[in-house]
Amino acid sequence: MLSRTAENLYWLARYVERAEYLARTIDATLRVTALPAAYIGKTNEWDSALLTAGVAASFYQAYEEANEHNVVEYLSFSPNNPSSIRNCIEAARLNSRSVRTALTSEMWDTINSAWIELQAVWSKGTSTREDLAKFLRFVQETSLRFDGSAYRTMLRNDAYWFSRMGVHLERADNTARILDVKYHVLLPEEEHVGGPLDFYQWSSILRSVSALTAYHWVYRETLKPWLIADLLILNDTLPRSLASCYGNLVRNLDQIGVAYGRQGPAQRHARGIRNRLEHSNMNDIFQHGVHEFIQEFISDNSRLGEIITKQYLI
Amino acid sequence: MAVAFDEMNIPGGDLRPAYQELARWLKETPPEALEYRRQEAELLFRRIGITFAVYGDSESTERLIPFDVIPRIMSGNEWARLEKGLKQRVRALNMFLRDIYHGRDILRAEIVPDDLIFQNPVFRPEMNGQQVPHDVYVHIAGIDIVRVDAEDFIVLEDNARTPSGVSYMLENREIMMRLFPDLFARHKVAPVERYPDELLSALRSVAPQSASGEPTVALLTPGVYNSAYYEHSFLADKLGIELVEGRDLVVKNNEVFMRTTEGLKRVDVIYRRVDDDFLDPLTFRPDSVLGVPGLMSAYAAGNITLANAVGTGIADDKAIYSYMPDIVKFYLGEEPILKNVPTWRCREPKDLAYVLDNLSELVVKEVHGSGGYGMLIGPAATKATIEAFRDKLKREPEGFIAQPTLALSTCPTCTASGLAPRHVDLRPFVLTGSKSTTIVPGGLTRVALKEGSLVVNSSQGGGTKDTWILDE
Repeated sequence: MLSRTAENLYWLARYVERAEYLARTIDATLRVTALPAAYIGKTNEWDSALLTAGVAASFYQAYEEANEHNVVEYLSFSPNNPSSIRNCIEAARLNSRSVRTALTSEMWDTINSAWIELQAVWSKGTSTREDLAKFLRFVQETSLRFDGSAYRTMLRNDAYWFSRMGVHLERADNTARILDVKYHVLLPEEEHVGGPLDFYQWSSILRSVSALTAYHWVYRETLKPWLIADLLILNDTLPRSLASCYGNLVRNLDQIGVAYGRQGPAQRHARGIRNRLEHSNMNDIFQHGVHEFIQEFISDNSRLGEIITKQYLI
Repeated sequence: MAVAFDEMNIPGGDLRPAYQELARWLKETPPEALEYRRQEAELLFRRIGITFAVYGDSESTERLIPFDVIPRIMSGNEWARLEKGLKQRVRALNMFLRDIYHGRDILRAEIVPDDLIFQNPVFRPEMNGQQVPHDVYVHIAGIDIVRVDAEDFIVLEDNARTPSGVSYMLENREIMMRLFPDLFARHKVAPVERYPDELLSALRSVAPQSASGEPTVALLTPGVYNSAYYEHSFLADKLGIELVEGRDLVVKNNEVFMRTTEGLKRVDVIYRRVDDDFLDPLTFRPDSVLGVPGLMSAYAAGNITLANAVGTGIADDKAIYSYMPDIVKFYLGEEPILKNVPTWRCREPKDLAYVLDNLSELVVKEVHGSGGYGMLIGPAATKATIEAFRDKLKREPEGFIAQPTLALSTCPTCTASGLAPRHVDLRPFVLTGSKSTTIVPGGLTRVALKEGSLVVNSSQGGGTKDTWILDE
């Protein structure tokens, strides 16, 4: 397939995934900040929402204070934030239009309808909490529908694999970013900086990767920070864990390698990351420092993005 | 202005045979049902994303072309006559182009004046002596046809460069079949859906000799911001070929390749929807980012076929148009089946004098304009506009031609106040491959939705209709 087509499919999937992630982040932050201050301590949750979205620096160039109004505005609707939800949907639609021939009609319909709704219903942003909740649900449903249509209607060929790679690479990046911002509340109990009130922080993390229920199913335990870290990093049964994302990335890259009869640096690099995740346990990770581990992962992951681009997309 | 020819009603109250079944159906169908399906059609168009961009319109960069659900119907006999005339016309266009870029017999015979060719910006000296496979220059032609009476088909304009609109012909039919299955059951409508297949085989048939047995065809688009982008992606999809932009192609050793995820892949035929000027920055406009550097040298080396060929603008130029009846006679030795609109060439002093005296009754067009821009419709223009145009004409008479205002035929059309006659034209698409010329029965009917308006261009508020050729 055309390199440009592959590139568009890959980015289309990334934008949709990112939009959903932002919606989840806002949703989770709204829940935490709705609690009385005594339950969440002194941290500014809106500030950490910006950090997990990776847009804190550009935000503070435009705004003074990270409060609900400003952050929701910036993450959801701001035309000046290149990864605002609105811009993600706009970019997804533009990418879709460029590769219409590679999309199934269901996928196109999902993106195009979302774009139409964005303009018809959400062009002025949201004014009430209720509105905002509706908007966030709309974004998440768009992503679910897009994912579902891709899964149910696309041929299992390189177009599908490039699209899935976009999903998993973006997802891994998002999960890693939450961990990066929140790692301090995930330290083992003895090193703990906070207190038992961190419970709400923990559930908020799980909520933002839609894993609160999954946690209970997997561990049958009350919330424990190191188990949360284990779930998000190493447990490959959780679709948003780093291990699961890399299992999928390696599989997709292998499928492409087989179809093209050739492997390359992308396959090797992805396998390297997956192997490291497979052979780690939480003890080692805590020994070496969660923060360092995550930072390294984020840079490895973005390096994979560059390698894929070089090998296939240009 | 004469009374327009009504394609449905015969003066005196009778119906033309092709419309009898439709009229019966309309009588049985309550207006609300029609309105409901009209809205449904609009929703479908928007959802599928059948939009076009209007240049210079910042309000909404993507618009729908209004679709009228009342089909335009033509009998099989009428179509047979039209089809014959179209094939004749396109054969003549191809022979004319072959001649202009080779022996130039027609200039020596003084049928067409030299300067109209050589002074013309759409004449491409790069094409002199260049061989194109099977001498086909115009693989895809869109010939704009109007009617003023029951007998004649008149060519309003030949489009021999990158004619658009065929996706509407196909999508209009799709949507009509979805919305009005009952109406189709009562008619025998000739299908149009084989157009993509015909187009692909025509394109494959003109592959260069150096191509492999299974030539690779690609559609070259200027990109998503082009007004006809939807059509480009639609056709690429239906043809099962890659939709490429200039940056996807690269020329190496005079061969054209596309950049794919598996490396470079040779392309043999490019169905290009990019104008000559933008094709190759090394040959034409150096500022073009839409084109492919080196494409013209691959073309000269005979390693790539461009459809349509470079330089076809010289055949559909409005200045050449008025010579078309003579061109048909010259190459084919036949009387033209399709008529021309009588045309005054403002470059000729006698014609100019007449035009200046009768501006308020004439349509004056720029020789190089298209899309209905920059024209004067005398009867509809204010005095001031006419005077402004008079100055333009005097300054640069060779830039204009003039024609009488035609009473374009009308078809029944949905309007705010019920069904009413509106003016229409028709663009059938003529495909020429190595062996044959084919035309899918039908075409794009454009309709001027405003009462009395004669401008059918989508950029000027025109709409479209499904065009039915009855298979009797």
